[in-house]
Amino acid sequence: MRITTDVDRCVGAGQCVLTEPAVFDQNEADGTVVLLTDEVGGEAAERVREATHICPAQALSISD
Amino acid sequence: MERRCPYAPPAEYDRIRAENPVSQVELPTGKRAWVLTRHEDVRAMLADPRFSSDRANPQFPALVDNTRMREAFKPSLISMDPPEHGPARRAVVGEFTVRRMEALRPRIQEIVDQAIDDLLAAEEPADLVTHLSLPVPSLVICELLGVPYADHEFFQQHSGRLLSRETTPEDRRHAVDQLTGYLDKLIVEKEAAPTDDLLGRQIVKQREDNNVDHEALVSLAFLLLIAGHETTANMISLGVVALLEHPEQLKLLRDDPGLTLSAVEELLRYFTIAELATTRLATEDVEIGGVLIKAGEGVIGLSNSANHDPAAYERPDELDIARGARNHVAFGFGAHQCLGQNLARMELQIVFDTLFRRVPSLRIARPVDELDYKRNSTVYGLHSLPVAWT
Ligand code: SF4
Repeated sequence: MRITTDVDRCVGAGQCVLTEPAVFDQNEADGTVVLLTDEVGGEAAERVREATHICPAQALSISD
Repeated sequence: MERRCPYAPPAEYDRIRAENPVSQVELPTGKRAWVLTRHEDVRAMLADPRFSSDRANPQFPALVDNTRMREAFKPSLISMDPPEHGPARRAVVGEFTVRRMEALRPRIQEIVDQAIDDLLAAEEPADLVTHLSLPVPSLVICELLGVPYADHEFFQQHSGRLLSRETTPEDRRHAVDQLTGYLDKLIVEKEAAPTDDLLGRQIVKQREDNNVDHEALVSLAFLLLIAGHETTANMISLGVVALLEHPEQLKLLRDDPGLTLSAVEELLRYFTIAELATTRLATEDVEIGGVLIKAGEGVIGLSNSANHDPAAYERPDELDIARGARNHVAFGFGAHQCLGQNLARMELQIVFDTLFRRVPSLRIARPVDELDYKRNSTVYGLHSLPVAWT
């Protein structure tokens, strides 16, 4: 599964980092999302899917 | 509307949600506003930039007359819309990243341990609010911002007054003036010699970006100080009551401390203490839940109802710490979702873990329905909570 982020929409709530810290991080300067990897599979993919749902800014999207 | 019992949301919410999920109400100010009660609709509305947060707009569906308050200071983050909101939020949100909050963990643990020492040294029954619920978030936000904790009585008193719906407009304005005056002076001092704390760092950052704005810093400090106090404090008190009242849930938590974070999310959902923070003004005609909301109309996204929507949560009125309620809207949703949420999560996690581990015999020293609930405050909670442990 591929992940893309829209940094312009991101409001730095960090919900993605809480959900899957192995995939998401936050920029120290402005709190925006940083991808540690843009391809995931297995259980991590489930958590990434959850993160896209929880993200308050709808800044995350996934594709197969 | 009053809560059914200290825990559950008003019964009317269930009825409205089932019969007329998007309906109109008359506010105490005489204005009319739409009320959204479904989880899905509340999320859709809060994520939609066509709904404005501009509390200075006279059409905004305020619940109390805050005209006098609006005159007092510059709009802070919670009142901003795009394009101002994004950059303003980004200027400070770096201070609240998950990693930054993790770095505070050892210090928060120390503060919590100290507060529990104080509680245990007190005479029983002791008030959990004054010994633990208030001092922990208060000390944490003071240290983070760089506000002297020695002054805590002053701002606790004024912020309490500000949030009570019983306060007259004059008194509310007075509380705002007092707090603004205090922060204004503090920030002037920091501008002369920036300290290594959030406010000091903001001053340095503003200068680097050639964007010096003293007033904006005063309103930011104001917002963070108030928000950092009352909300977490009330969640600590209510969380302790709820867990003590649900011994089977508390046992789950004790047996598996890995559940604490999930319990925190569930408690946030269950109580949704700031249910009216999610009020907006439509700037265009927008359809929500099959109803056309017209430009200029106010909308209340009733987060407490959304968080008890059976379409989103099974058995919503039951406390189930293992349910994984991460998609709740207790911190709001959309661009304005609570900035301090990860600080709040960590404080609550450390408090519940430490308190129930160190004081396994903790009990409430008064019948739960006789406790002093904040029935008329913008943020639901407890004025006091007498506890005993021997
Ligand atoms: S959850 Fe969404 S808004 Fe929050 S940091 Fe991640 S991408 Fe940004």
